Amino acid sequence: MEKWLEHVEPLTFKGQIAVPYTWWAGETGSLFLMGLRDKETIMGCRCNSCGTVYVPPRRTCAQCFTDTGEWVQLGNKGTVQSYTIVRFSHPLQPVEAPFAYAMIQLDGADVSLVHLIKKDLDKLEKGVRVRACFKEKSERKGHILDIDGFEII
Amino acid sequence: MDNIAIVGVAQTKYAERKKDKTCADLVFDVTRAAMEDAGLALEDVDNVVTVSNDFIDGRTISSMAVGDAAGAHDKNISTVEGDGAFGALYGAMRTLGGFGTTLVVAHAKGSEGDVKFITNGMFEPIYQRLLGLESISSSALQARMYMDRYGLTEEDFARVSVKNHANGKNNPYAHLQLDVTVDDVMNSEKLADPLKKLDCSPVSDGAAAIIIANESHISKAKTKPVWVRGMAHCSDAYLLGDRDLAVPQSLAAASKKAYTMAGINDPMKSIDLVELYDAFSYMEPMWLEGMGFCEAGKGATLLDQGVTAMSGALPVNPSGGVLSSHAMLVAGLARIIESVLQLRGEAGQRQVENAKTALAHGINGACGQAHCVWILGNQKK
Ligand SMILES: [Zn+2]
Repeated sequence: MEKWLEHVEPLTFKGQIAVPYTWWAGETGSLFLMGLRDKETIMGCRCNSCGTVYVPPRRTCAQCFTDTGEWVQLGNKGTVQSYTIVRFSHPLQPVEAPFAYAMIQLDGADVSLVHLIKKDLDKLEKGVRVRACFKEKSERKGHILDIDGFEII
Repeated sequence: MDNIAIVGVAQTKYAERKKDKTCADLVFDVTRAAMEDAGLALEDVDNVVTVSNDFIDGRTISSMAVGDAAGAHDKNISTVEGDGAFGALYGAMRTLGGFGTTLVVAHAKGSEGDVKFITNGMFEPIYQRLLGLESISSSALQARMYMDRYGLTEEDFARVSVKNHANGKNNPYAHLQLDVTVDDVMNSEKLADPLKKLDCSPVSDGAAAIIIANESHISKAKTKPVWVRGMAHCSDAYLLGDRDLAVPQSLAAASKKAYTMAGINDPMKSIDLVELYDAFSYMEPMWLEGMGFCEAGKGATLLDQGVTAMSGALPVNPSGGVLSSHAMLVAGLARIIESVLQLRGEAGQRQVENAKTALAHGINGACGQAHCVWILGNQKK
């Protein structure tokens, strides 16, 4: 029955799904994002039970299943734990390839923050020190990309 | 606990673009073929589990659109959104929970959406999704961390791709039938260092189905039963930065539980073959470490020593694995089906001689956040 289909162009239909979601950042996320926007500071939070310092901060510690407790101001510098230089381009990406994603352990944090590195890609390796570069104040809007990227020190 | 067994299996040939069949057509084909394989009629199927993802299908409650095709009209039907190995685990639980038989069917047509948009959607929306992360770039972060931790090279991963693509040539269901060398892999298009095109699985269309039966219902089926001797799953943290990406600890936990259930002390001794979820080449050695077949960092050595080759002590992915066919969600169920064919002695050119016990494995989430491990045997104990 299928054979005839080989001799014609089969029919297709374009989907029309484009759902405009709007996510609240929540109390914890808002304080973190406003810290980026207003003060160029990166805030984490410490679990009162196990002491783990998380960034991005979150209200609960999954390991302890408790509320996290206090806010901690982290350094704007950190150490690269892993990285990849992305060579392909896609509309999802906030910058033109090539660029890098890196897992960065900020000074004072126990977990890594995933972010962008845009230059000196040939100098990337595990353990290199990097610094957060913030966008100009007028361009910051309380967004993870208020940090324009990290640069190798 | 009752004994349960897989008594019927079916899968489509995996392909880049199945333009002659809709998702429902694929589901109907494998549902009917699994029943034919088992020698069971529709009235012998007591309940149905469908496996689908709304983003992949581009519709809301995607399971509802394939219920008719899965023979679920007037039946109890429920859905797992995730990999088919996890869907099968839920189906096994239903079979242990009172249903005599359960049909589990998974489908995906990766060709109809955009896999990068879809896999970007699995990330946390405020801090990670906006960076543009998707499956390939996030896996590259994991591959790099794994290499740095244990001093592995890109060639170590390339050799996995060479082995699995060679195996895929023996599998008539495989999407890719490729002759590749280490040089071919190393020279293939660079996507996200250290991953190159031939380190990555293709995007495939396809469907697969299994029928699980309680021991009390097995005599109705005409096939040799393949017994479920152990199964478990376990999940790690959601955010990539919270996890040690070089150590699949949730896989170690799931494997340990499955081995205990199956009464296995030394997996290398007890297991004859592995079908695991190698969405990327580096995953095969890493998952073998998590499964306890070798020490941490020694997964690539198993391949170098020929252990994981078809002629080795532990053939891994005789089917060509996910590197040869990757219909999302279907791929974990395909690992179970390939294991069943091996244990029935019906795997044709890719048959592992005297296979009695197999491990089948599926993953969910970015970089193997969750793992599902199955121990299957052609003997009950
Ligand atoms: Zn804690």
